[in-house]
Amino acid sequence: MFKSNVRRRLWVDKIMRGAVVACALTAIIPLVWILGTAVYSGLPVLSWAFLTEEPGAVGAGLISIGPAIQGTLILIGLSSILGLPVGILGGIYLAEFGGGGWLARQIRFFMDVFIQVPSIVLGIFAFLAVVLVLGHFSVWAGGFALSLIMFPIVARATEESIRMVPWTYREAGAALGLSKMAITLRIVLSQAKKGIITGVLLSVSRVGGETAPLIMTVVGSSVFFEDMDTPMDALPLRIWRFSLQPYDEARIAGWGAAFTLLLVIFAIHLGVRYFFMQEHGGKGLRGVLHLGRKVR
Amino acid sequence: MRAITKQERHTPPELEPRRRYKMVTENVNIYYGDVHAVKDITMKFPEQSVTALIGPSGCGKTTYLRCLNRMHDMTQNARVDGRVLLDDADLYDKSIDPIYHRRKVGMVFQKPNPFPTMSIYDNVVAGVKLNGVRNRAILDEIVEDCLNLAYLWDEVHDILRKPALELSGGQQQRLCIARALAIQPEVLLMDEPASALDPIATQKIEETIQELKKDYCIIIVTHNMQQAVRCSDYTGFMYMGSLIEHGETKQVFERPTDKLTAKYVQGQFG
Repeated sequence: MFKSNVRRRLWVDKIMRGAVVACALTAIIPLVWILGTAVYSGLPVLSWAFLTEEPGAVGAGLISIGPAIQGTLILIGLSSILGLPVGILGGIYLAEFGGGGWLARQIRFFMDVFIQVPSIVLGIFAFLAVVLVLGHFSVWAGGFALSLIMFPIVARATEESIRMVPWTYREAGAALGLSKMAITLRIVLSQAKKGIITGVLLSVSRVGGETAPLIMTVVGSSVFFEDMDTPMDALPLRIWRFSLQPYDEARIAGWGAAFTLLLVIFAIHLGVRYFFMQEHGGKGLRGVLHLGRKVR
Repeated sequence: MRAITKQERHTPPELEPRRRYKMVTENVNIYYGDVHAVKDITMKFPEQSVTALIGPSGCGKTTYLRCLNRMHDMTQNARVDGRVLLDDADLYDKSIDPIYHRRKVGMVFQKPNPFPTMSIYDNVVAGVKLNGVRNRAILDEIVEDCLNLAYLWDEVHDILRKPALELSGGQQQRLCIARALAIQPEVLLMDEPASALDPIATQKIEETIQELKKDYCIIIVTHNMQQAVRCSDYTGFMYMGSLIEHGETKQVFERPTDKLTAKYVQGQFG
């Protein structure tokens, strides 16, 4: 009887394992599909001129996405400058100082609401709060709208990863006579760094691909960046515009732009990991790609 | 200072009248929410001595120890009343920030907890550095001195820049002792410092304690009665949150005055 039981358990184990693997693969299929299509259709379009020049009129030969790439980088930079400090410091407040207090609970609630608000709503808000007030579309408005998407994501990621740091290290710090701020900044943050950076990268990717908030803020343009108070182009906007056009040329260029967006995001991930997360997997590219052995 | 009146009967007999007391607690009560975890403990800790706190699990030893450097401030629903005096200054004086006292009262925890993102060197000087000392030569000297005191220097002097987590558990614990010593405390609290260690590492920690006794007032919580006998001068036996007996270690273990103490040190319960 005992033996037959073991057999049954082994079978159940096998079936469950198979189910888990099958589900994981199913989840990966659409991802691989999208990536594959983007590479397959986008890669052939890439050329130096495609990436660096201003787009001409459809039908005039070359369609380029230079201003869009530049615009996306500017928007990611601007929204990071606006959103990251608020997000990270806010997260620190929620995790270390706010506790379960009234203020912290309200902030946490609004953050969660913010995360779930459709991005177009934030775009409309930026339109009302910045575009209408200033009287014109601008890069500022776009950066502002995107930073609204960014900061709650970063704040919650910061809060969560700070909470993961075992309490005992805070006590060890306190026993050394350190102030709460010193414990937080020097001891807790250095351990939460990995999670915070992951949150930051997640928010950068999210922001890099947002189209809706940009439609009403930076609008789009077919020339390179002029100044902060004028409309500007961005990759998602450009992809969206390409997709609206009935021409084959535009459709192909759209794939090229989509693939370029993936490359830009990927490059930012690699760069950030290279500069901030080296010690987690060894030095150099191996560490960046998490190929190295994990140091305990 | 407030006069001690009716509580005086709780005061244990003078242990050794000539000795100066480094730390004194008067009628300390500690509550976690509604739970009365430590009941009315009055205790004196002489300079240059080791006092062991023994007692069964859950008797409040650690809770009591943690009130000696205001560690309960870190816990939300813990409340301490009574007086804790360090050189006649009240630790719980509202006008003094706890970090001022914590520099004088070092603590070593039950589980080794070196800062995982720092090297061995940085762990030792973590407290000193964050308190403002930056001079490299001074830091080097502190590292060598403290690691020597913690009997760790010989094992790590050529790997000071390696991550602290690469050390063994026993070495990590001695590193934590070195870290606590680096801020030059006057009192050292040790919460079962050897409970997670093997016998050899335990022996090394006990040697360290004997060495440190020459300069510090050490208070150690231990589950291990042999350890209390081996390395302490005085022993306090706690049960259900109360201090049952407090005296010279030899007396507590060989001629306990309380029946409960006798039963406990003979291993009849625990």
